[in-house]
Amino acid sequence: MSDIATRLDVFKTYKLFVGGKFPRSESGRVYEVTDSKGQWLANAPLGTRKDTRDAVLAARAAVKGWAGTTAYNRGQVLYRVAEMLQGRREQFAAEVAAAEGLGAKKAAALVDQAIDRWVWYAGWTDKVAQIAGAANPVAGPYFNLSVPEPTGVVGIVAPQAGYGHSFLGLVSVIAPAIATGNTVVVAAAADAPLPALSLGEVLATSDVPGGVVNIISGRTADLAPTLASHQDVNALDLTGAIAADGPGAAAVLEAAAADTLKRVLRPAVDPSAQDWTSAPGTGRLLSFLETKTVWHPMGQ
Amino acid sequence: MAKNKKTQEPVAATVAATPKGGLFDYAPAPESPAAAGDIATSYGHFIGGDFVDSSGSEALKTVNPATEQVLAEFAQGTEEDVDRAVKAARKAFGGWSELPGSERAKYLYRIARIVQERSRELAVLESIDNGKPIKETRDFDLPMVAAWFFYYAGWADKLDCAGFGPNPRPVGVAAQVIPWNFPLMMLAWKIAPALATGNTVVLKPAETTPLTALRFAEICRQAGLPKGVVNIVTGDGRTGAALTAHPDVNKVAFTGSTNVGRSIARQLAGSRKKLSLELGGKAANIVFDDAPIDQAVEGIVNGIFFNQGHVCCAGSRLLVQESIQDELLEALKRRMATLRVGDPLDKNTDIGAINSAAQLARITELTAAGEAEGAERWSPACELPSAGYWFRPTIFTGVTQAHRIAQEEIFGPVLSVLSFRTPDEAVAKANNTPFGLSAGIWTEKGSRILWMADRLKAGVVWANTFNKFDPTSPFGGYKESGYGREGGRHGLEAYLDV
Repeated sequence: MSDIATRLDVFKTYKLFVGGKFPRSESGRVYEVTDSKGQWLANAPLGTRKDTRDAVLAARAAVKGWAGTTAYNRGQVLYRVAEMLQGRREQFAAEVAAAEGLGAKKAAALVDQAIDRWVWYAGWTDKVAQIAGAANPVAGPYFNLSVPEPTGVVGIVAPQAGYGHSFLGLVSVIAPAIATGNTVVVAAAADAPLPALSLGEVLATSDVPGGVVNIISGRTADLAPTLASHQDVNALDLTGAIAADGPGAAAVLEAAAADTLKRVLRPAVDPSAQDWTSAPGTGRLLSFLETKTVWHPMGQ
Repeated sequence: MAKNKKTQEPVAATVAATPKGGLFDYAPAPESPAAAGDIATSYGHFIGGDFVDSSGSEALKTVNPATEQVLAEFAQGTEEDVDRAVKAARKAFGGWSELPGSERAKYLYRIARIVQERSRELAVLESIDNGKPIKETRDFDLPMVAAWFFYYAGWADKLDCAGFGPNPRPVGVAAQVIPWNFPLMMLAWKIAPALATGNTVVLKPAETTPLTALRFAEICRQAGLPKGVVNIVTGDGRTGAALTAHPDVNKVAFTGSTNVGRSIARQLAGSRKKLSLELGGKAANIVFDDAPIDQAVEGIVNGIFFNQGHVCCAGSRLLVQESIQDELLEALKRRMATLRVGDPLDKNTDIGAINSAAQLARITELTAAGEAEGAERWSPACELPSAGYWFRPTIFTGVTQAHRIAQEEIFGPVLSVLSFRTPDEAVAKANNTPFGLSAGIWTEKGSRILWMADRLKAGVVWANTFNKFDPTSPFGGYKESGYGREGGRHGLEAYLDV
């Protein structure tokens, strides 16, 4: 009798986050996610190329509304994500601790930083145009402005697990891309996808329109090449594409992206040494912007 | 000039007199080809501050496209030549990048001034080598070249204030490959920001237009530019490929066709070399029913017939609101009948020669496809000179979005006309290509201009004007028109380690 609990925990079926909904993978398959000691944590959906393409469709459909909303509104939506995360801080601390094999205190600190990162980028939505735009003093009677605009759909290979990358790293790559009005399809860290899938639940309750963020779990080597070669993905963030070779390797993905002349953000020289706890700066924010220059004559 | 062999006689202007436009007669107003200065019979590369012979024996010829006369021979750069040039640039990099910005600035100001001083010579030489009208080289290309150096000279000592951090560093050795449509202007767009930010460069001009780049090398010497800071290697695509693939270049800047850009992007994948691409376009020039018709017609003509249409941001798709289509086309045809096609060195010439036989063949092929697919072709009656490469200004009406002439870049004086009814339809049609370089809007309604500009997927939007450029103003494309911007503060980023 002693090993029969009086009350069973209710396990969560982890699902993908696509178009604001939580579909199971079309593969009908899952893969085992374990903690750092190899203990089973949950089954994650084994996302496929088809799931990825569906997510791109959802992301494309969301571009017009999200890019078209006011920067003020986008800022509030991002701040709302921080609010929702704050309320689920303990859950995420536990998931990050399990995913990364970290102590509770360290994991909680990483979650706090992730919350603060949403707040930091929330504040950027209505300021980035003022640091990236320009009024150009051309030599002629013209009114001439350069304004930054979102690139469109950004495919993101999220940082792989290790030292909190599965959550703080994930937030650090999603938030800047959507702060500037892009929509994203994210291939979550393959070995530690649970914090990412749970983030979907937070985003769904944070006024983030469906399709703005889409999160797929699965093998990076299955998901990333689809993002890299997809005709309707405009930019590619290869932060988590670290394998030395194989279909998920950064160089292979960058070459695939060349066919559609996607904007590519390359991974760090040593991605495992990337310090996500340091101040992010504006690099990622500016990476997924285009500059549009508009000319108009001045006269009477 | 030591290595450049004996000079030849100035090339005579043998192009037939410009045909009459029907409205006015003009007496010929020829510019003197002698103003181009001495053109050597054969040129080597400019490496490490000297003109040097190629390691290979292959030579290419550059011809005057208006006469088909050979102007000079020049070297087909080998891998060894490219390597030598990159080594020279690498050697010069340390000193150049450590030079105080204020001193680098002075070199750039010197270059700007010498370009202004030698402007007529360069304009005539450009016109002879490229085939573009002298009034464009004189009034557009050369002033723009000087302005570009002047503008970036001023950035050289202010880089810490440019918004790229307190101590932005140059990337290193920049490999630059440029096209033939604006040979000297493209050189200036590439070299000025690279030098201002402390990089050294190896530039490859196009194989049909190397002469002004080689003349620019002389200007670098007159300016006292340290040896190896600017290196020029001539040749065709093979030389370009050797340059962009060279393991010791840190940055590649390319302007040219989308296909070549794509292959460079593929070639550089995984290399960590920085890359900026300015590629093709298929700009929509959108005219609403409330637009001032005469101004719009001027804008359409400038948009597509400027530089024989050899312009990546040319307004090659006219989208006209259905209610004014007939009126606009009539006015456009009337205006086109006054365009003067012929001798590029005649100051009255509006449309010069097509740059090369190959380019003429490409334009001919695509326009044939337009007719075959059912679009209606129209050109004003005009005589063309018997020698040289020429193409009449041409418009196609009844074009649908599926036609090749509505989707593919023609890069010649060929306009495809489509119509629309609502602003939404105009936006949808304008954005319906893989390109996204430029667009034009013609309407008197300010709110509609801003609404349209917001929705057009294009890096440059000209409202009630077209084909305007300025060094202070970022230029570059969305989508498959490439990435990165040239011009303005944004143009510095391509050459900084950020």
